[in-house]
Amino acid sequence: MERVNKVFEKYPNAGRDSLIPILQDVQEETGFLSKDAVKAIGNYLNLPTSKIYGVATFYNQFRFEALGNFHVQICRGTACHVKGSAQILEEFKRELNIEPGETTRDEVFSLEVVACIGACGLAPAITVNGKVHAKVKPDEVKDIIKRYRQEVKENA
Amino acid sequence: MPNTTIDNSLRQELMESLDVDQAQWSDELKEGMQEIKRKKIDKPVIYVGAGTCGLGAGAGETLEKINDYLNENNIEASIKEVGCIGFCVEEPLVDNQMPGRTRVSFSEITEDRVDDLLDSVFDGEIPTENLLGQFKDEDLEAYSDLPFLNEHDFFKDQTRMVLPNCGVVDPQSLEEYIAHGGYQGLAQILKTKTPEELCNMVEDSGLRGRGGGGFPTGTKWKFALNTAASQKYFVCNADEGDPGAFMDRAVIEGDPYRLLEGLTISSYAIGASNAYIYIRAEYPLAIKRLEHAIATLKEAGLLGDNILNSGFNLEIKIKKGAGAFVCGEETALIHSIEGKRGMPRPRPPFPATRGLFDKPTIINNVETLANLPGIARNGADWFNSRGTEGSKGTKVFALSGDINHTGLVEVEMGVKLRDIIYNIGGGIGEGKAYKAAQIGGPSGGCIPEQHLDIEIDYESLQEVGAMMGSGGLVVMDEDTCMVDVAKFFMDFIQRESCGKCIPCREGTRRMLDILKAITRGKKKENQDKHETLQRFKGVMYLERLSETIQDSALCGLGQTAPNPVLSTLRWFRDEYEKHIYERKCPAGVCKDLINYTIDDDKCVGCTLCAKNCPTNAIKGKAKAPHYIVSDECVRCGQCVNVCRFDAISVK
Repeated sequence: MERVNKVFEKYPNAGRDSLIPILQDVQEETGFLSKDAVKAIGNYLNLPTSKIYGVATFYNQFRFEALGNFHVQICRGTACHVKGSAQILEEFKRELNIEPGETTRDEVFSLEVVACIGACGLAPAITVNGKVHAKVKPDEVKDIIKRYRQEVKENA
Repeated sequence: MPNTTIDNSLRQELMESLDVDQAQWSDELKEGMQEIKRKKIDKPVIYVGAGTCGLGAGAGETLEKINDYLNENNIEASIKEVGCIGFCVEEPLVDNQMPGRTRVSFSEITEDRVDDLLDSVFDGEIPTENLLGQFKDEDLEAYSDLPFLNEHDFFKDQTRMVLPNCGVVDPQSLEEYIAHGGYQGLAQILKTKTPEELCNMVEDSGLRGRGGGGFPTGTKWKFALNTAASQKYFVCNADEGDPGAFMDRAVIEGDPYRLLEGLTISSYAIGASNAYIYIRAEYPLAIKRLEHAIATLKEAGLLGDNILNSGFNLEIKIKKGAGAFVCGEETALIHSIEGKRGMPRPRPPFPATRGLFDKPTIINNVETLANLPGIARNGADWFNSRGTEGSKGTKVFALSGDINHTGLVEVEMGVKLRDIIYNIGGGIGEGKAYKAAQIGGPSGGCIPEQHLDIEIDYESLQEVGAMMGSGGLVVMDEDTCMVDVAKFFMDFIQRESCGKCIPCREGTRRMLDILKAITRGKKKENQDKHETLQRFKGVMYLERLSETIQDSALCGLGQTAPNPVLSTLRWFRDEYEKHIYERKCPAGVCKDLINYTIDDDKCVGCTLCAKNCPTNAIKGKAKAPHYIVSDECVRCGQCVNVCRFDAISVK
């Protein structure tokens, strides 16, 4: 909660128009929007919690559960689709055994589908914790997953 | 001011000389500018294209490696991180400039190629491997045997009015932007033109909104100018939501000051003292560049109170979008800035009279605003001498998909689509045949081969059932299934529909259901519900639903939602019919309608496919031809990927 309060300090005399920036900053600080955080934001902005959930659930960016160590985002833009991103997504789903929006049981990977990351020239593209992997082929997916798993093991 | 190479007094002079023609600048200032433009350098300069796409291709590692190389070999050289020149397929791009000589560009310089490249350039040899060409510059000595970059197939037919600086200048340096002509337009406007005269000038230039609709920009501004209010707002729409478009990102990453100058000019035109840039949170680098540029401009007195002693004040704030496609629509965007759910509302009142916080608000997209510094500096005639009757100037297209040269292409309005794809784009990859180009994102349409020769402008695109949109141009080859493409867009729109009005919320869902039924195999059909019959009615229903949605949806997103289906139905009806009547997908994409078979003559029985099959659907003994049990096959395509003998085919 301390981290949430720290975010509030950046927005003195905040009004309704600061709601989305605050939600974004809280999510960046804590990884997701917890019940307590939403309540605290409601108190700070003098808004009902229901209104805040109304806004937060409308936008794709906001999450209400914690992410795994690695956040895999699969681009499903037009260019990526034409270049076979559906198959990349299938591979990730099969290898990780989760659906988009879910996190693996060992909490290492979270899978998400995004509309377009603007790297259309490098289609199909995915990002892992913000790092772009360009021109991914279906048979590379196993390797990518293995590499990140290895990283977790080394850091453990 | 960071990243500067000139001293304080000279900078002062520069700021005071902004409204004077560069030719009349003092010799000292001219010389300073030559240095800033790196016409005179005393040590080599290495440029790395470090936009998001460059970084994705490995420019970050390349940059580190170059740093290491210079340190290890004790070579004095400066490294400049530039934006993206637009040639995405050749990334990472590295340029090298030796004192007195022209700048030479190299393609695909990944980490492992850095050593070889730098070894030879510092030995005084220009390697021909990975060479793209040298920049044309009359003040510098050219290499006699190297091709020029502007004569390269990708660049020679381009007209760059929005992108001239992208990938060329240091995007963090304000002085460099000014040295290339920046902020002179603003200075002249503030000194010599009233807001009304400026609106007239932009109207005369023929500039139309580059974000989708193509509404005349000057006319739009006048609505807000002529509405009296205590406060007005200008909003730059950088929420580039169309999948397949990335020009706004490239402009902001590679030339942020151009956008900010454009935004300042336009805010002056309507009398707004507050401006917002609504940008996607998915573009972290672009946001960083903007934040830096805004801070620099404030320090230089080009933003804030009393800009250039004109009495005009402007505050620019960045608002990060939270990922909702519908927020590209004006009224939805306004709600999002106000901290509400990003849902559109009926118009009128139009935002120009009642918008953000109920005040007059004008919203323009990035490319529109990036055109303004040029118009302000060179006049309306400079702009309207280019383009076609109704569409002036240039348009940036984001070329992607099954094409050899993916990247950003800026061409004059009226250029033939064929020229963009075959000359600039280098044709379709892997020797495949052209099938369609999808233009305008989810609101646009597909252009078939018989219309490759249309001269692209707002009107001609509408005639063939597409639209300019923001300029995403996704090229598709013969292996693309058009029903699948339509399904892809309906899936996207259905997910992104805000849910406020019924035609869009329910209608797009029904359209998606129909498309799914068309592409579904017989096995999965529910016989009780007469699904087979429904399939046959599918095409008729699709057209009727489309018309209803177009007529009755609340906002632009909804009204244009059926376009991808209508345009594929119009040009590729036979493909729909094959799906429906024959249950065949001619392109071999729709999973339920295809079968994988192993060619007995080609299969040597290596068992590799059987080992990789996730459902054990491939049977057979080692060293004997295998076969696939169709009922067990999940059509994942693994076997095709692993087969070394090209023995598995899709039918």
